[in-house]
Amino acid sequence: MPVGEAMRRDQVLIRSIQFGFLAVLFGAWWFITHSTQSLALLLPRPELVWREMQVLWSSGRLWSAAVITLKEIVEAYAIAVVAGIAIGFFVARSRNLMRIFEPVLTGIFAIPLTLFFPLFVVFFGIGPDSKVAYAATYSFFPIALNTIAGFASVDELYLRAVRAMGASGLQQFRHVYLPGAMPVTLSGLRIGFFICIASVLGGETLAAAAGVGKSIALSAELMESARLYAWIAFVVLASVTLNLLALAAETRSERA
Amino acid sequence: MITIDRVSMTFVGADAARTVTALDDVSLTIGQGEFVCLLGPSGCGKSTLLAHIGGMLAPTAGSVTVDGALVQAPRPNDIAYVFQESTLLPWYTVLDNFRLALKFQGIDDASWRDRAMHALSAVDMTQFADHYPKQLSGGMKQRINLARGLCVDTKVLLLDEPFAALDEQTRMVLGEDLSILLARTGKTIVFVTHSLAEAVFLADRIVVMTARPGKVKAQIPVPHPHPRSPDFMLALEFGEIRNELYAILRDEIRATVARMRETRNAGG
Repeated sequence: MPVGEAMRRDQVLIRSIQFGFLAVLFGAWWFITHSTQSLALLLPRPELVWREMQVLWSSGRLWSAAVITLKEIVEAYAIAVVAGIAIGFFVARSRNLMRIFEPVLTGIFAIPLTLFFPLFVVFFGIGPDSKVAYAATYSFFPIALNTIAGFASVDELYLRAVRAMGASGLQQFRHVYLPGAMPVTLSGLRIGFFICIASVLGGETLAAAAGVGKSIALSAELMESARLYAWIAFVVLASVTLNLLALAAETRSERA
Repeated sequence: MITIDRVSMTFVGADAARTVTALDDVSLTIGQGEFVCLLGPSGCGKSTLLAHIGGMLAPTAGSVTVDGALVQAPRPNDIAYVFQESTLLPWYTVLDNFRLALKFQGIDDASWRDRAMHALSAVDMTQFADHYPKQLSGGMKQRINLARGLCVDTKVLLLDEPFAALDEQTRMVLGEDLSILLARTGKTIVFVTHSLAEAVFLADRIVVMTARPGKVKAQIPVPHPHPRSPDFMLALEFGEIRNELYAILRDEIRATVARMRETRNAGG
């Protein structure tokens, strides 16, 4: 009981420091923008950003951009998950395939694939397709690599033991390979998800007809700094929410 | 009954230096309900021989039969295998591990829970049925591992240094429990160990193997009834057999050490 209580008090302390840090940042922002007007173009006052957020929200501009961006993210992620897990599992089935393909995948993933984004635009056009293809390609790698690592990390000892107990091939997969590979594979799915979001938004800021990233880039070009910050604030809020959801899902699957 | 008939095993390496003859023409008969310890220096092929009996590994020559049937693959209905380390699957509770072991064996009816709880109570671990392996100590895990081997109800139980990873006090207690437990089951047991005291305390017969390549060097009976109490360890008989074993093994241990030194020199 005292241990649990001490841990809870620890949690409260950690949370208050984290929120305190955010409050200090926010306070500094407010203080700087109210003590001088010379930064107005680079750093607008918080209340102006808040007003822009309300405008974007109520005018429907936020939603029309968000729908496009979200659709790209969902499509790209679905492609990356299916391809990454399928290829990762296929490669992990054989030591030789792993020796051939693992370094290749790691090597390609080490290249900043952003460099190839213009090629995606050339091939797939300025519309959503180029963003989907680019984000799917980029997030495919961490998913495939972690799936390989996950299946490779399954302890040979467990396999020998269940074989001695008479487990069939399917039973070995269901009760040893799959649960053994799960944690590492899941963390690959999470990394892939955030790379997917970053790639879609990044792609949109570089070349797109519409979407949240495009709106951010446009506000920056037009020097509408309050609006620019409002868009960014929405992306930050969405990312934080998604991260919390992903963490909750991961904890739950760990417990199951 | 287990019959090991002229079994040899050679692991072929990339070149002659890495090709290892683990077992050389080993023949052995183990009777119904007998407890046999395979004792020998490290690397003498005793675990390899156990893997042959369990059908986990095919010998390069010779054959193993259990009750007249040739062993060519794992035979979960006849033979249970307990490994050196805990092989409880970490993502399942203790009870689910038992359920799976029985399911793999083809027992998929309602009786599994009773059987699992019965086996757990035999090793005094029922209160940990719903724990995950990582919540248990090494000794507790190995206790449960043993119970799982007993629970599947095979005629033959193979134990590959099941206490090797445990501290001395834990292994002594487990050894005593095992003696009591196994006296009741009437299973045929082959137990691999490199501990002299463990072998004398548990076995009906000790098979001493030579350093690589492994051969049967001597067979020492331990004519003392089961279950054996800890007092047996203090008996004159116990000390005499252990000394006899040590005398037989000493040369083999020296041979192993010399070989290791040679390999190191050749390698360096």
